[in-house]
Amino acid sequence: VNLDDLARRAVEAAVDAGASDAEAWTEEGVSRRVRVYAGEVESLSDAGGRGVGVRAFADGRSGYAYGTDLSEAGVLEVARAARAAAEAADPDEHAGLPDEFGATPVDGLASTVMRDWSTERKVELALAVERAAREREGVTQVENAVYSDAEGSVALANSRGFAGGYDATQAWAYASAFAGEGADLMTGMGVGLGRDPGALDPDAIGGEAAERALALVGARQPESRRCPVVLDAFVAASFLGFIGSMLSAEAVQRGRSLFAEREGDEIADAALALADDGTEPEGPSSAPFDGEGSPSRRTPLVQGGRLLTFLFDVRSARKAGRTTTGNASRASYRSPPSVGTTNLVLEPGGKTLDELFREAGEGLYVTEVAGLHSGVNPVSGTFSVGAAGRLIEAGEPAGPVRELTIASDLVSMLQAVLAVGSEARWVPLGGSVKAAPILIGEMSVSGS
Amino acid sequence: VSLVDPALAARVLERALSRGGDFAELYVEARQGFSISLDDGRVERPQWGRERGACVRVVRGESSYFGHVDGHADEDLLRVAGSVAQAVRGEARAPAALGEPAAAEGHPVRIHPEDVEVARKGELLRSCDEHARAAAGEVTQVRVGYGESRREVEVFNSDGRAAADDRTRVRLSAQVVARRDGRVETGSDTRGGHAGWELIEAEPEAVAGKAARRALTLLDAVDAPTGRLPVVVGNGFGGVLLHEAVGHGLEADAVQKRASVYAGRLGDQLAEPFVTAYDDGRRTGDWGSDGIDDEGTPTRRTTVIEDGRLVSYLYDVLRARKDGVESTGNGRRESFRHLPVPRMTNTFFAPGDATPDGLIGEVERGLYAVSFGGGQVEPATGDFVFGVSEGYLIEGGKVTAPVRGATLVGNGLEALRAVDGIAADLEIASGYCGKAGQTVPAGVGQPHVRIRELTVGGTAT
Repeated sequence: VNLDDLARRAVEAAVDAGASDAEAWTEEGVSRRVRVYAGEVESLSDAGGRGVGVRAFADGRSGYAYGTDLSEAGVLEVARAARAAAEAADPDEHAGLPDEFGATPVDGLASTVMRDWSTERKVELALAVERAAREREGVTQVENAVYSDAEGSVALANSRGFAGGYDATQAWAYASAFAGEGADLMTGMGVGLGRDPGALDPDAIGGEAAERALALVGARQPESRRCPVVLDAFVAASFLGFIGSMLSAEAVQRGRSLFAEREGDEIADAALALADDGTEPEGPSSAPFDGEGSPSRRTPLVQGGRLLTFLFDVRSARKAGRTTTGNASRASYRSPPSVGTTNLVLEPGGKTLDELFREAGEGLYVTEVAGLHSGVNPVSGTFSVGAAGRLIEAGEPAGPVRELTIASDLVSMLQAVLAVGSEARWVPLGGSVKAAPILIGEMSVSGS
Repeated sequence: VSLVDPALAARVLERALSRGGDFAELYVEARQGFSISLDDGRVERPQWGRERGACVRVVRGESSYFGHVDGHADEDLLRVAGSVAQAVRGEARAPAALGEPAAAEGHPVRIHPEDVEVARKGELLRSCDEHARAAAGEVTQVRVGYGESRREVEVFNSDGRAAADDRTRVRLSAQVVARRDGRVETGSDTRGGHAGWELIEAEPEAVAGKAARRALTLLDAVDAPTGRLPVVVGNGFGGVLLHEAVGHGLEADAVQKRASVYAGRLGDQLAEPFVTAYDDGRRTGDWGSDGIDDEGTPTRRTTVIEDGRLVSYLYDVLRARKDGVESTGNGRRESFRHLPVPRMTNTFFAPGDATPDGLIGEVERGLYAVSFGGGQVEPATGDFVFGVSEGYLIEGGKVTAPVRGATLVGNGLEALRAVDGIAADLEIASGYCGKAGQTVPAGVGQPHVRIRELTVGGTAT
């Protein structure tokens, strides 16, 4: 299948069906996944997929349709369905295709050596991740170790003459290790990612899973207190991902963001600098253009503690009298573009994790949070989430703790940031964030 | 239903076992869906989609080999079977003969949602918007979503199973934002089922009204208390606690890997003798119900806790073979792009003989958790955390002020042991459950249940 031709044909079909403007996103990809358990392959999958998604505009309304049948009849059906769906929508004066299009070259999106890796070598890699975790003393089990990769191509075309496409590859591996037994069993996760399996370090991934589990063995419920809190990079990434979703102009315009009307305000301590960057060569969500054909770019969001801008797609930008920031994100051909972050990048600070512990003095080091998405009120920003980690005593990591909650509200938390750590890393769990540890001056910790 | 010819299915299975394997399966699916939403007073995002695809699985020993493909073309199905077989090393095996797929006993669908004009779906959303806004002037934002889906499924396996199912689901959900003096709160409600348009056609007032009431209630909320307190959990969506804190630990994949606190506990008394719980994929029209599971096993009611004793885990075919038992009909998958894993269908506590007022009346100081914003559990330890989206203080046996920001933190085994009262008002709610990267519709439910003591993480100190 030629994805470019297909996209162009789908656009033509939608226009023939009565759309005044149309856009088509086509996609094809293959993926592999190896899950190992106890030194054996538990599952091995090899999959291919392709599809087309069409957005049709007519009389100020827009509709979307997608399908997996790429025959002429199949594409025609999708194009007509998109046009027909538009009838159900109310008119929206701001909807429509972008006025300008383009692409920003991003180096190294697709690895050229992915193809050189046989399935056997990928199985070996997954087994090596598992071994690295299992061999650590104190690890009682490795629940699973997974290697996964994807190679894909996309093409986008619209009725205003835009046509573009790109290839991308991604490989990642993770492991989940157990330490301790019975009621004291603790789990830890290790993860790594890159453009191909050669970028993955199985010892580091397995070792991280083991270390994170081992660090929690013997954890107890701490006493309730208010104290300084160090968030590790995983936990910081979870919070930043949530904050990123609140910086969507769509969330703001629809009254669902606590940052509404805060543009230009100091919402965080000056130590905090955060950007959205769709052009980071290592970023899992990097691409030359966004889901509606606007070129990718780097957008500073918080600098010196000040909120500089929200994230816009074409529609939300028109509504606000602004220009798009290239944040029309698209999960696949199965969904129309909507405002979302690309890669969120937290600017690392100058202090090592040990220095953050020393600065905290007496406090809490959080290595796990649970229930963030249910625990944060997206509008008021107040939250109370389950957590686990270690106490910090006399500036050193001390006894492990669990069954506790940390509570604050997002703005108070951001304003209480004392320092950002120097050890930055990509965290691909539920979004794409490059984060570093963060020291927060004070939070409410509730335990016994 | 007729997606593929059984003769082709037989050839696919033969090829899948051409290099050995203990079991092979062909799963074929045609899915179609439509969704539309209303936000900020505007009907938007109408979306239609159609997908056809299939997958082949070969199991040898403890290993599964899997491949999927878009479309149902003969040559594609045979190719994917051949490529899956490539990973297997052994002697060819002949699959059992296949008949025509037997249609599963379905769930009644009176009005097929695809036959309803899209304009009426838009009107349904507008009606929700009006009802929510009519609740109070403090309602500032209303967001409503409608979704319908139809999945036609056929499963053929090397044991000779040939089964088919035709599944229609509809769901209506509303989220309301209320604002007063700079305070902003949200409330939501949903109605969904394995049923047709008839299920939600008359529901806008109930769904929108409940969502609005929740948001408005929270405007008066005080900070949540902190500490160990008795908790009365509301019926319906309150059952998410059972789903997360107990149900996931009963799924046989976690049990067999000893990644569950319930492993090795079969027959043990884990709760008071008046506690019984089921997983029931047969309940007519419920959100988590199907005719067959995604391996072709007829769905059924499985008693998991009987009179306080743990009596069964939840199995798919693969894990059942390993334990030498029958599948309980819990082999579910998100789509043809996924391997089946043991998953809950509709999981709930059986009704007891208490009343909600009776349960609350005996509590001197505690929390009444009516609804949760969501939850999460680590099956290996049973540790869970839940955000309470609608909660109230209980003081002197009476429900008093609404609270916000409460979180329940605890452990499944401990919470189960601490259940000290169950009311009679069973209700099942519709949710989505995520596991192993797959999201499936799951029904959660219960009558009002009281837990002697749980850790409440609040915002008050």
